[in-house]
Amino acid sequence: MIRRLLAVLGASVFAPAVWAAEALTGEVQKQPLNIPAILMFVVFVGATLCITYWASKRNNSAADYYAAGGKITGFQNGLAIAGDYMSAASFLGISALVYTSGYDGLIYSIGFLVGWPIILFLIAERLRNLGKYTFADVASYRLGQTQIRSLSACGSLVVVAFYLIAQMVGAGKLIQLLFGLDYHVAVIMVGILMCMYVLFGGMLATTWVQIIKAVLLLSGATFMAVMVMKHVNFDFSTLFSEAIKVHPKGEAIMSPGGLVKDPVSAFSLALALMFGTAGLPHILMRFFTVSDAKEARKSVLYATGFIGYFYILTFIIGFGAILLVSTNPAFKDAAGALLGGNNMAAVHLANAVGGSIFLGFISAVAFATILAVVAGLTLAGASAVSHDLYASVIKKGKANDKDEIRVSKITTIALAVLAIGLGILFESQNIAFMVGLAFSIAASCNFPVLLLSMYWKNLTTRGAMIGGWLGLISAVGLMVLGPTIWVSILHHEKAIFPYEYPALFSMMIAFVSIWFFSITDKSAAAVKERALYFPQFVRSQTGLGASGAVAH
Amino acid sequence: MNDSIYLSIQNSPRFKELVRKREKFAWILSAIMLGLYSGFILLIAYGPQLLGAKISPTSSITWGIPIGVGLILSAFVLTAIYVRRANGEFDDLNNAILKEAAQ
Repeated sequence: MIRRLLAVLGASVFAPAVWAAEALTGEVQKQPLNIPAILMFVVFVGATLCITYWASKRNNSAADYYAAGGKITGFQNGLAIAGDYMSAASFLGISALVYTSGYDGLIYSIGFLVGWPIILFLIAERLRNLGKYTFADVASYRLGQTQIRSLSACGSLVVVAFYLIAQMVGAGKLIQLLFGLDYHVAVIMVGILMCMYVLFGGMLATTWVQIIKAVLLLSGATFMAVMVMKHVNFDFSTLFSEAIKVHPKGEAIMSPGGLVKDPVSAFSLALALMFGTAGLPHILMRFFTVSDAKEARKSVLYATGFIGYFYILTFIIGFGAILLVSTNPAFKDAAGALLGGNNMAAVHLANAVGGSIFLGFISAVAFATILAVVAGLTLAGASAVSHDLYASVIKKGKANDKDEIRVSKITTIALAVLAIGLGILFESQNIAFMVGLAFSIAASCNFPVLLLSMYWKNLTTRGAMIGGWLGLISAVGLMVLGPTIWVSILHHEKAIFPYEYPALFSMMIAFVSIWFFSITDKSAAAVKERALYFPQFVRSQTGLGASGAVAH
Repeated sequence: MNDSIYLSIQNSPRFKELVRKREKFAWILSAIMLGLYSGFILLIAYGPQLLGAKISPTSSITWGIPIGVGLILSAFVLTAIYVRRANGEFDDLNNAILKEAAQ
């Protein structure tokens, strides 16, 4: 302890000079205590806890708790959605992907983005007009409440669990590198903080934490990208040619490489990213925080702009890391690998372009990012349990607000414990791919049911149930049998399912079986459900009868 | 909300016009976005050397870069086009329908 403290003190005193000289070996710098980082992080946590306190005073009803009373503006919500999307997994993971494989990182990020226009064109306004707190409100609008809500809640929880794993692993690694703290301590800390935001602040606090973080992250990433471009005199050609010179893969970083090995994998990944977005419960929930369809549309416009801008920055940052981080022995260990792993490329770059103060800023922002995203995820997971499972399935819609929120809070605590456990279990996985897996499940279970419930008159409870469950089971099953889990985690020799991304197959299974089991459904309930389509259609188009902003 | 309002809206010619126009517009824009992206994925799968080709012999920039960044920009531009029309023309039409139904 004392020795570490001394080493840390020594390192932090000499750090600025050392970074300026750019000539230190990896060993001494292993885990320097960065005072500016800790201070900035403490400021962020303090500010967000104040917001949480402020929000807790304003949370009077279920509408406040789940949907911030419907009073978030389109611009604010756009930032919050972008914030949910610009998770630490995408910031660290995609810049790491650019750092290791160059162009592949851009391919990956484009896949994340193109889902947004589709969400706007086909889903956003109908979703806003039909729903109240969760997307299951929409999916079960005219179908069997018990069955469809159970299905949607399970779909949400599985997605939330995988997404949470990615975030927790990111948090652990980040703090390990930054504070020299134990991985487990870091994960537990994140679990406790996210729990507090959601428990006391509900959606209002979660949204504002997300907005603040989005602004901080966009500013920080902009600064890094500008500094990288300044290093190459704002000439992209120089940026790329310098990167080619120093990267072990050489010219290959400028063209598609190993990310997608064959057309099937490419298409499967593309589907997962595009339609997965439209099935992420924590993102869909944000559409209910604005007052009407007009604001919902604006949210998507702003979100698409911010996310697109962010991905372009990430690409520049990844290349900047090739130039400024991979060539600097101070960021590497004795074996020549990056300190803290490849996911730390962007964090090291912050140090290279802005010194230890800026490293502190980016580390604090990256950590804040994780906190904000896990809070959103936890709220989505807790709402699925309280609003869908408890209030609608168990209490058959007769639960009062107070009980419902209490269940939500208990679930929040349970989810925090689960997230901590899973975070520890999945310590050594590449976090960007974990997010890809969450998307596959969202695209195969939540998305087909949601889309068809709004667009297809003949959808029945039976079809949605069977198809949705098959989509969920096949996405999870194929994932377990695929290379990501079967080989990398379970250490089997060869994967039973050859593709890393199951979405192409699991989505097909979901859609075909929803279709088949719906059209063959001749029950009386099915006739009734089909008849209810037209009132639903009118409401989804015009917003007549939609839940609006709550007046106090 | 009583059923007769829903029924009268459903049968109103203005509502039919709104639905027809908006659906058509949304599907066209979706098709453009999906088309651009599918084209990109097909290029990755079947013609990666095209994306890896340099845009000029003296530059290190490959065609993949402007195409990729162009896709990101097109996503934003398509969203902006839709929001502009939906929040203007379509919402006006929608308000007229709701007003008509309330009478």
